[in-house]
Amino acid sequence: MSKKYDVIIIGAGISGCAVAWRIARYDLDILLLDKEADIATGTTKANTGIIHAGYNADPKKLKGRLNNKGNIQIKEIVKDLNIPFEEIGSLVVGVEGDDLSVLDDLLEKGRENGVEGLEIVDKEWLRENEPNIAENAVAALWAPTAGVITPWEFALAMAENAVENGAEVQLETKVEDILIEDDKVVGVKTNQGEYKADYVVNAAGVYADEISKMAGVEKVDITPRKGEYYIYDHAKDFELNHVVFPIPTPVSKGIVVAPTVEHNILIGPTSETADSKEDLSTSSEGLEEVYTGAKKLFPELDLRDTIRVFSGLRAADKTEDFVIEAAKNVKGFVNVAGIQSPGLSSAPAIADLTAEILEEEGLKLSEKDNIIEKREEPVRFYEMSNEERAEYVDQDKDYGQIICRCETVSYKEIVDAINGPVGARTVNAVKRRTRAGAGRCQGGFCGPKVVEILADELGLDPTEIKQEENNSKILDYKIKELLESKVSVNA
Amino acid sequence: MHKLNKELVVIGGGPAGLAAAKEAYEKGIKDVMVIERDMELGGILPQCIHNGFGVHHFKEELTGPEYAQRFIDDVAERDIEVKLNTMVLDVTKDKKVYAVNKEEGFSEIQAEAVILAMGCRERTAGAIGIPGTRPAGVITAGTAQRYTNIEGYVPGDEVVVLGSGDIGLIMARRMRLEGADVKAVCELLPYTGGLTRNVVQCLEDYDIPLMLNHTVTEIIGNGKLEAVEISEVDENLNPIPETAKIIKADTLLLSVGLIPENELSKKADVVLDDRTSGPIVNEGRETNIEGIFACGNVLHVHDLVDWVTQESEIAGDWAAKYIKGDYKRSGGEVEVKAGENVSYVIPQKIELESEDRNRIPLYMRVSTPLTAVDVNLYADGEKLYSFSEPFAKPGEMISVPLAQKTLDGLDDLKEIRVDIIEKEGN
Repeated sequence: MSKKYDVIIIGAGISGCAVAWRIARYDLDILLLDKEADIATGTTKANTGIIHAGYNADPKKLKGRLNNKGNIQIKEIVKDLNIPFEEIGSLVVGVEGDDLSVLDDLLEKGRENGVEGLEIVDKEWLRENEPNIAENAVAALWAPTAGVITPWEFALAMAENAVENGAEVQLETKVEDILIEDDKVVGVKTNQGEYKADYVVNAAGVYADEISKMAGVEKVDITPRKGEYYIYDHAKDFELNHVVFPIPTPVSKGIVVAPTVEHNILIGPTSETADSKEDLSTSSEGLEEVYTGAKKLFPELDLRDTIRVFSGLRAADKTEDFVIEAAKNVKGFVNVAGIQSPGLSSAPAIADLTAEILEEEGLKLSEKDNIIEKREEPVRFYEMSNEERAEYVDQDKDYGQIICRCETVSYKEIVDAINGPVGARTVNAVKRRTRAGAGRCQGGFCGPKVVEILADELGLDPTEIKQEENNSKILDYKIKELLESKVSVNA
Repeated sequence: MHKLNKELVVIGGGPAGLAAAKEAYEKGIKDVMVIERDMELGGILPQCIHNGFGVHHFKEELTGPEYAQRFIDDVAERDIEVKLNTMVLDVTKDKKVYAVNKEEGFSEIQAEAVILAMGCRERTAGAIGIPGTRPAGVITAGTAQRYTNIEGYVPGDEVVVLGSGDIGLIMARRMRLEGADVKAVCELLPYTGGLTRNVVQCLEDYDIPLMLNHTVTEIIGNGKLEAVEISEVDENLNPIPETAKIIKADTLLLSVGLIPENELSKKADVVLDDRTSGPIVNEGRETNIEGIFACGNVLHVHDLVDWVTQESEIAGDWAAKYIKGDYKRSGGEVEVKAGENVSYVIPQKIELESEDRNRIPLYMRVSTPLTAVDVNLYADGEKLYSFSEPFAKPGEMISVPLAQKTLDGLDDLKEIRVDIIEKEGN
């Protein structure tokens, strides 16, 4: 058994990464574990990417208390960690026939949660500021503090900063048991061996209930709730200026039409109980519901230029609230569970609360000297002017080789993503870090090149390169291998 | 940033760009640059190692690499500048081309004329929104072709092909030749999208089942593809649930359409045709921006490279005329209209004056397949002439050589229309 950690965090989604980032400023040995080959591969990679203002959640719940707080914190964090974020504001739009009193209720709730700048706007305001909105839109709740973020880069930036400050990240490590002695956590057992620790934070997303049960803590009960989406090419010619919601239902905020930071349009999500925690399938009914919902707000929006459909799972606890607390019966075990929307928006506030709980449980938090507060901004060729690109190419010729034509991603950016503090090991990990393959051809052209670069940099054969999960090899055989195997069987 | 001037810049070193560059050179334009993003010339042809190319243009059957090589040699024999591994990032309407590569860095090239020859891309699973999961093993047929024929890897063993476009048919056979079990080629429509000869030579000759009126209704598998659900569709192309069946597969190849790649064209304010997704051009293959021409699959998706060559020679010829100043607009504009059962016609308009021209070839595709058709041409509603064809299918382009002399007498002509309909008395 190797060295002993102060804290092991299970799950490198947005919550686990936020906790790691938050406590890495203290003099602690931290290990962040994930069962997949990259961070942010669960709920964090498949959501609407919205930083909510905080008017939706019940003020009596943790969600209501943490959302607005997180929203305010994020605006500083995105500057320190250089995360793509745009504070474009959100609208909850009522159309003729809707119960408009809901808007007043949301306004009231928002004020109770401390959200600033909320106001009810009329038809004319909508027409002027969101020109493609439905003719029958009559009023909206305007929340200027809402924004959009690239969720996986949010998680990555925090994980990278945690690593810069001394935390360790270990991927492809699946926790199989929580090790407990005398009602106290002593470590975790994984498929890669055992790791000792005084504290274990369970941020395992849809699997948080299973991890909690391993510790004998029965408090968490997760039902995965699926959301399906369409995403459009950023080249689509359709003006959209805000995150636009319909009037919410009791269980869902409804089908949203939102721009991403990179100006793709995202429509979705549905809200349906998933068959299992592995069920990431989309359905024709679900996609139909998404499109119909989006058309209600934007009748002119068609499905031309959609480049992908996907779905994600919300880790919904039976309380429909975040479950962030220390276990009563097992000392040193802290649940950060049930983190569904507004979990992304609340992430820094969730991390703060987790740090407080760890301290209450006896973890000593003393700030290190020389904390690295900033993350260097990754080079993003796609958003540069030609003059800026020319300067980069002058400095390093590897920027001059464009690998992904749809999103203008250079060879250098891909190599840097593979060799970064939390380096990419899979084709999708490269996509999340650089956008190579995220465009209209969906990796049709750059895919073979990305596979080759990954193989070169990692010292692997292309047949070993994975798309995402452990069994997701892209190429099964070298040429003639398959044929020869069959010929010899038949011979 | 290096700044330089060129008479002609050709964007794309595939068959279209190469033929256009050669033709312009032959017509007196010696200061030509071809910019290619890949490491070699030829576009998609180097990965098309099957035969069947050049039957019309060279009157012999060549493989893709052989067809490409003839043009690569043509360009090499002339003093045409070629930039490989070079990506064009921007084109402006005043014909500045911004390109980047590793060796020379960033360049701004001021051209007198530009020929757009960037080709097309494949429609993806995401674009057609197939329900189910998003595992490894679902790739476009062209990408699988690159992996197999260029990179030297085979994606999988149990293969289903969705779509009967030519690349899908070719790859069904290619995977079979690599030892894979190709279980079916599914086609949503009641007819195939590819050439008849490919249906025969790639599927029938290898006993690969072709399932018309069928589509993939679900992609199954986390991580790696495990199976696909396929269903028959009704006459409105909606899946019939009771016909659904599961086919075990680790590879789903998609051949569900090609889309001209006009992102650069749009940066130069080139206006596109909704039907072709390519630029609207006149008979010189010139776009709405004077001096910017387009040819090959960026203009419209072709069935045979032979027609790409023909079209690119037209574009190269007119780009040369434009640069030399031997280029006059006739003052009027004749709209070329896709009439009954015609999905589009190239060019969309006739507006240039040319003394030495005998005919204006029109290229088109039908909307629905028919056997025994009449191709009827009308000038402002009056029938100009007509001819018969044994069949017409959307997968195969139809070329109509509109004779200049039939137009000469027609003053104030506003519109040419083509109908392709069932043969009279049939």
